[in-house]
Amino acid sequence: MVTKDPRVSIPDEWFRKKGEDHERAEAVVRPSLSYWKDAWRRLRKNKLAMAGLVFLVILTLLAIFGPVFSPYEVTATDLRNQNMAPSAAHWFGTDEMGRDVFTRTWYGARISLFVGVMAALIDFFIGIIYGGVSGYKGGRTDSIMMRIIEILYGLPHLLVVILLMVVMGPSLTTIIVALTITGWVGMARIVRGQVLQIKNFEFVTASKSFGARTPRIIRKNLLPNTMGPIIVQMTLTVPSAIFAEAFLSFLGLGIQAPYASWGVMANDALPVILSGDWWRLFFPAFFISITMFAFNVLGDGMQDALDPKLRG
Amino acid sequence: MPLYILKRFIMMIVTVLIIATLTFVLMRAIPGSPFDEERTSNPTIQANLEKFYKLDQPMPIQYLNYLKSIVTFDYGPSIKKPNESVNTLLARGFPISFELGMATIIVAVISGIILGTFAALRHNGIIDYGAMTFAVVGISIPNFVLATLLIQQVAVNWHLLPPATWSSPKHMILPVIALATGPTAIIARLTRASMLEVLTQDYIKMARAKGLSPFRIVARHALRNALMPVVTIMGTMLAGILTGTFVIEKIFAIPGMGKYFVESINNRDYPVIMGSTVFYSAFLVFMLFLVDIVYGFLDPRIKLHKKEGEV
Repeated sequence: MVTKDPRVSIPDEWFRKKGEDHERAEAVVRPSLSYWKDAWRRLRKNKLAMAGLVFLVILTLLAIFGPVFSPYEVTATDLRNQNMAPSAAHWFGTDEMGRDVFTRTWYGARISLFVGVMAALIDFFIGIIYGGVSGYKGGRTDSIMMRIIEILYGLPHLLVVILLMVVMGPSLTTIIVALTITGWVGMARIVRGQVLQIKNFEFVTASKSFGARTPRIIRKNLLPNTMGPIIVQMTLTVPSAIFAEAFLSFLGLGIQAPYASWGVMANDALPVILSGDWWRLFFPAFFISITMFAFNVLGDGMQDALDPKLRG
Repeated sequence: MPLYILKRFIMMIVTVLIIATLTFVLMRAIPGSPFDEERTSNPTIQANLEKFYKLDQPMPIQYLNYLKSIVTFDYGPSIKKPNESVNTLLARGFPISFELGMATIIVAVISGIILGTFAALRHNGIIDYGAMTFAVVGISIPNFVLATLLIQQVAVNWHLLPPATWSSPKHMILPVIALATGPTAIIARLTRASMLEVLTQDYIKMARAKGLSPFRIVARHALRNALMPVVTIMGTMLAGILTGTFVIEKIFAIPGMGKYFVESINNRDYPVIMGSTVFYSAFLVFMLFLVDIVYGFLDPRIKLHKKEGEV
């Protein structure tokens, strides 16, 4: 590649041989970062996602300990103090039975978060097994399993959920069961896509040539490398499950009184919204929205942070 | 292409059959007869009622009758409203829900694409940040919350638009806004992402080098390819919107499918639940089928693949 141009003369002394330091050539200058450390480093730079994460931690704490700060019981009715506006005694006001909205909001948070997290976890387990087997086996097994998925994907989810709720009767368990029966399909598709891609990578072949058995390959090679998109999908499943629960509550298929989720509280507030009792709707609606917002920005942030292609 | 359509068609039939069977099994799995709570202690009346609704026949025959009723679009009489058939309820409610759903999807697609395109063209500019903030907020606010906010502010406090019912185009504005905001946000995000990718492609540089106007480049060359992901999610989004109408109809007191469906759930009116579930699902699955076909026509790769591989 070096061409010598006679018109340009560069004195040889301009060139200096750099001292070869064999000792340090192999040294790793920067501290090594694992995939997770790197993702966390990048997630921390995303202010909005961190704000979402902080909010969710606080919300979880409030859902667990919030009722402790309140002198009122969730289901305690007080007919002398019906539909009271927020005050020093009742920070978020009271409902038509005189129940304290502040206390009910944190109990609602428990139920809404529980539904969301359980739905995401169950989707995760079913999706990993189904998608993992389908993607890893490949061939005929894969195409049969994918046909099933395609058909299930075409089902109108909310209608199936409503139907199941009608049959099983409204309760916390049925909501979670109904949501996961339709919800795992998306997760299975993502896991399969990832496994299909990764199983042909060299490090898997290397692992195989060392004599690793299938369970070990799945556990050690495939699962850790599919975790990124899976976690993102889980983060985004939670808000959609919370939304679905609220949606069902609006159709009269939610948690039954006297217990309440945010969706039930918002639904109960509908008849009084026009009479000016804004707090009845405002608090549950506000917390549904802000929780979904927090999960969405956190999911977006994690999507960017966990994508190795964006690694800087 | 015909093979692709055929394959999709068969899948559509299978899906509807699964929904129908699921509905049938679930409804029959509920213990007791629908007439138990009526306190018709007279066994003759009970028997006659069961005969009228064909509940006295063996299960397989009932199942076949049921499948036949689906194919012939005759869902039989309602149990709680004996003078009305499920068909009349569907005929009354469905057109309204359909109108609401279609108005919503049209608004969402147009505004979402415009928003997403401008956000991509002004990447990292004020419009981009504004549009993406709207998108995250829009996805996060549930439509029923937005609906109640709109009723309270726009209709009750400002008296700008009617708060409820479905009688004139003016009445459509608030429900459509409430229902369309979420999908608009999703479409805007998708359009922005794929537009950003398309705009870096060589053929866009080529078009620019040829001296085409920016409008022509975006409208004719970039959008065509950028919209593929939007078309992909259109089917499931449509299903979401058309079931989402249930809640919006309840809040705005719109006499659509949702009203009868919720009523039938609360009354445990099984023929109505079964009929409307199957009809509605079949409709949604059919829309999904249409979207797939459109996608097949738009995406040249699908055609090529079929020609090489299967024909």
